[in-house]
Amino acid sequence: MGRKEENIRKAKELRYKPERRRNIGVVAPIDDGKTTFSDNLLAGAAMISEELAGQQLVLDYDEQEQARGITINAAAASMVHEYEGEEYLINLIDTPGHVDFGGDVTRAMRAVDGAIVVVCAVEGVMPQTETVLRQALRERVKPVLLINKVDRLINELKLDFQQMQERFVKIITEVNKLIKKMAPEEFKDKWLVKPEDGSVAFGSALHNWAISVPYMKKTGITFKDIYEYCKNEDQKTLAKKAPIHEVTLNMVIKHLPNPKEAQRYRIPNIWHGDLDSPIGKAMIECDPKGPLSLMVTKILIDPHAGEITFGRVFSGTLREGQEVYIIGMPKPYRIQQVAVMVGDDRIQVEDIPAGNIAAISGLKDAYAGSTVTSDPNMEPFESIRHISEPVVTVRVEAKRPADLPKLVKVLRDISKADPSIQVEINQETGEYLMSGMGELHLEVTEYRIKNEHKLDIITSEPTVIYRETVRKTSPVFEGKSPNKHNYLYVVVEPLEESVVKALQEGEIPDNVKKYRKEVAKKLEELGMSKEEAKGVFGVKGANLITDVTKGIQHLHEAKELLKQAFEEVCNAGPKAAEPLQGVKVKLVDAKLHEDAIHRGPAQLIPAMRNAIYGAMMLADPILLEPMQKVFISVPHELMGNVTREITQRRGTILDIKQEGDMSIILAKAPVAEMFGFASAIRSATGGRVLWSTENMGFEPLPDFLQDEVTRKVRERKGLKPEPYPAEHYAG
Amino acid sequence: MLSFIGLGLWDEKDITLKGLEEARKCDKLYAEFYTSKMGVSIEKIEEQIGKKIEVLSREEVENGETLLNEAERSHVCLLTGGDPMAATTHIDLRIRAIERGIETRVIHGVSIVSASASLLGLQIYKFGKVVSIARPSENYFPLSPYDAIKDNMKMNLHSLLLLDTTDGYMTANEAMEILLEMERRRREGVLGEDTLIAVVARVSADDAMARAGYMKDMIKEDFGETPHSIIIPGKLHIMEAKALVKIANAPEEILEKI
Ligand SMILES: Nc1nc2c(ncn2[C@@H]2O[C@H](COP(=O)(O)OP(=O)(O)OP(=O)(O)O)[C@@H](O)[C@H]2O)c(=O)[nH]1
Ligand SMILES: [Mg+2]
Repeated sequence: MGRKEENIRKAKELRYKPERRRNIGVVAPIDDGKTTFSDNLLAGAAMISEELAGQQLVLDYDEQEQARGITINAAAASMVHEYEGEEYLINLIDTPGHVDFGGDVTRAMRAVDGAIVVVCAVEGVMPQTETVLRQALRERVKPVLLINKVDRLINELKLDFQQMQERFVKIITEVNKLIKKMAPEEFKDKWLVKPEDGSVAFGSALHNWAISVPYMKKTGITFKDIYEYCKNEDQKTLAKKAPIHEVTLNMVIKHLPNPKEAQRYRIPNIWHGDLDSPIGKAMIECDPKGPLSLMVTKILIDPHAGEITFGRVFSGTLREGQEVYIIGMPKPYRIQQVAVMVGDDRIQVEDIPAGNIAAISGLKDAYAGSTVTSDPNMEPFESIRHISEPVVTVRVEAKRPADLPKLVKVLRDISKADPSIQVEINQETGEYLMSGMGELHLEVTEYRIKNEHKLDIITSEPTVIYRETVRKTSPVFEGKSPNKHNYLYVVVEPLEESVVKALQEGEIPDNVKKYRKEVAKKLEELGMSKEEAKGVFGVKGANLITDVTKGIQHLHEAKELLKQAFEEVCNAGPKAAEPLQGVKVKLVDAKLHEDAIHRGPAQLIPAMRNAIYGAMMLADPILLEPMQKVFISVPHELMGNVTREITQRRGTILDIKQEGDMSIILAKAPVAEMFGFASAIRSATGGRVLWSTENMGFEPLPDFLQDEVTRKVRERKGLKPEPYPAEHYAG
Repeated sequence: MLSFIGLGLWDEKDITLKGLEEARKCDKLYAEFYTSKMGVSIEKIEEQIGKKIEVLSREEVENGETLLNEAERSHVCLLTGGDPMAATTHIDLRIRAIERGIETRVIHGVSIVSASASLLGLQIYKFGKVVSIARPSENYFPLSPYDAIKDNMKMNLHSLLLLDTTDGYMTANEAMEILLEMERRRREGVLGEDTLIAVVARVSADDAMARAGYMKDMIKEDFGETPHSIIIPGKLHIMEAKALVKIANAPEEILEKI
């Protein structure tokens, strides 16, 4: 039997043994070496040939990934590894590091139970390290640490042995500080990483070696030896003595939980149904005999195989030919094929029991985030919330008008496969707008449309997405229904900072009606008054609406309509039809018509919309713009060119550090000014620059730009240049 | 000047003589049909009056600017089904006209509120709150009609149910489905298969129809073309029960329950 067949046989067998399986993700900021590492694991475990690994990254199989040298898609793979005489199957997801593709990291964290956090020894803990750790810990995914690129510390930075040790201590301390800060209460201490117990490894993914304290003890290799091997340019020998796959996979098996252990504490966090129900019990126990439940975490359009749905089976067993439900869809679907990853191949199997990651065909209406189950009445999984939102948008048209129907379909497929891409149609102009996390994200997607979907399109220059908010409390504003028989009285004011933050972090469920009491309690803790907290009946983005009226007849049956109007306004504010952020709407009084028909949707929705719009116009409405953190590392003598480039773009320098002869600059700048930064910074430094960015939410657009930008955005949307004054909404 | 003229219930002949004269002598004729449906075409009404009519949408009437501006300079009439101020919301327009110093006038027409009672032989004294049945939409399924019917019943009063006219005219059958759905949601035993229901259809037309029976039978019956209205009788007086049997073919057994 060939090596490959052997692996397939073992992987198939091990899928029935949860204790001998691990589902893990590899996470880190851009370029820290995740894919190089993952490839070498596959090669080391003899899942792919050794020549391939590290050279042309197999897990960056996509044409654009190879051309750009970055990971775009989270990619799944698996390997078999022997530890203390037993064989284990490790399912691994290599995630992208570029912030534009951060949504894929968040979603991958739902599928796994453990994560290898890679930190580059040279760059140390970056702000984005905090971001990926937060993404993991929020999903109760346990971390272990790999300090990578140790070779560079020695050979490039020329640190001495002492300095190298200090660097390690610093990184470990910082990582633990973050874990302590962000881990769930019960794991704050248990999940700290410690070199002495082997939950930290040190190594070089490129040169294929790594070391951990237990491995040192076992083999007698010391830090000193490592230092010497590197210094003497003999990492090949080191790779033989301390192969990276051996050391890190041992760490994974020893320190990361198997699916059975993990689901016990992960399920209550990601599923809010009844834990004593049959499906609840089956998930907690990771029971392959219980009802089926699976959450979709990734959709991949494979040029040959078509649409592949990846997901984590939490209970029951997924079978070929089985009928399943996608929650939210009326009719059942038949599973055509199921497959597991063996190495980087999808291998078809008959069934996949709980605790595995499955690749499925035949679920055409599923999207990343769907709940798939054998029980049509199952409470769906909590949605997977990605922390940042799309901030950049382009207009898209088909080159040939006859391709319009195809464009509609392609855009729909694109946003299904990548939920971080949002597509909408501008009602005023009939144009299609495609929004994403950044310039690169949209560029990559445009390329996909042209080359994978073979559709010729024209896109506009990218523009940023703004937010609308208010700075003051408005007076009471009266909104009238068109028939003038209903009056709604509204006050709009800035939402408490603490509440904005909680909403953005997903700490408050969308369905406030269902979780009424919990929501009210939480909001009160966050500093809202009791009356307002109790009255909340809708949240949308980082905005909320509350009813502080008392005893108004028929109001209860109008609530859903008022909420609908509120949600519409949240999508498009009065100033520039941009989404709202940080707005609190208070319904303070209402006069409603006695008869249900005279206060139906056609009456109350416009009345409420006008009431909120009018009140907002009297509450000092402003635009917020998206901001980015920028990290730049350049040779000292080029620093001036870089700071100039930043300040020209309305940026501010936040911090400058010296590392040898390199300057590390931390700055922030508006996304709107950062278009084309990649080539500008390259030419300003002759290419001798390393840089990355991170989205950091929205800040007020400077006063001197407010009117100009408002006008521009309105004109682009086909609206009249000036927003309407409050009186316009009093009619 | 702005005159509101009621067209009555069915065809071009339901308008009063007074209304006809007013319509003939004014400068401009408008009409709206979103609050109630007539059984004849607009051309028939134009022929009867001898003048062109411009039909306005709900938005145009509710906004009212064009109407009011014109009424400032000339004599404008707005034709509506039924009695102009009865079940509709035109009072806002009249108030705004008065505020602008425009002379106003209402010329009544027959309203379903009295006609349905008189067709069925039910006593007008015994009617409770009038309710509309709205066609449920995604975010709107008002249950207040259920409460109104419940309160009327408790006081032994009849309930007149006006049926939605937006997105097509609601049939009595559709309305009964909605009533049963309300009962399913509230489960207070107000409405059921054995509730006595009266339906009137095309009141004032030659083929006007009046039927009464139990919900379970009525829901299957075909009442023909709309408009339809429903009356849910409260406690019946002996004369009312007799009328329902003779006029609306109600089951005889209702007489024994008096
Ligand atoms: N010297 C050295 N270079 C490394 C090491 N690991 C990775 N690299 C290099 O770092 C660069 C980035 O490696 P990748 O594996 O693509 O990094 P990544 O984290 O997958 O990047 P993204 O997926 O785009 O976030 C490549 O040029 C690698 O050859 C290492 O241990 N030592
Ligand atoms: Mg990568």
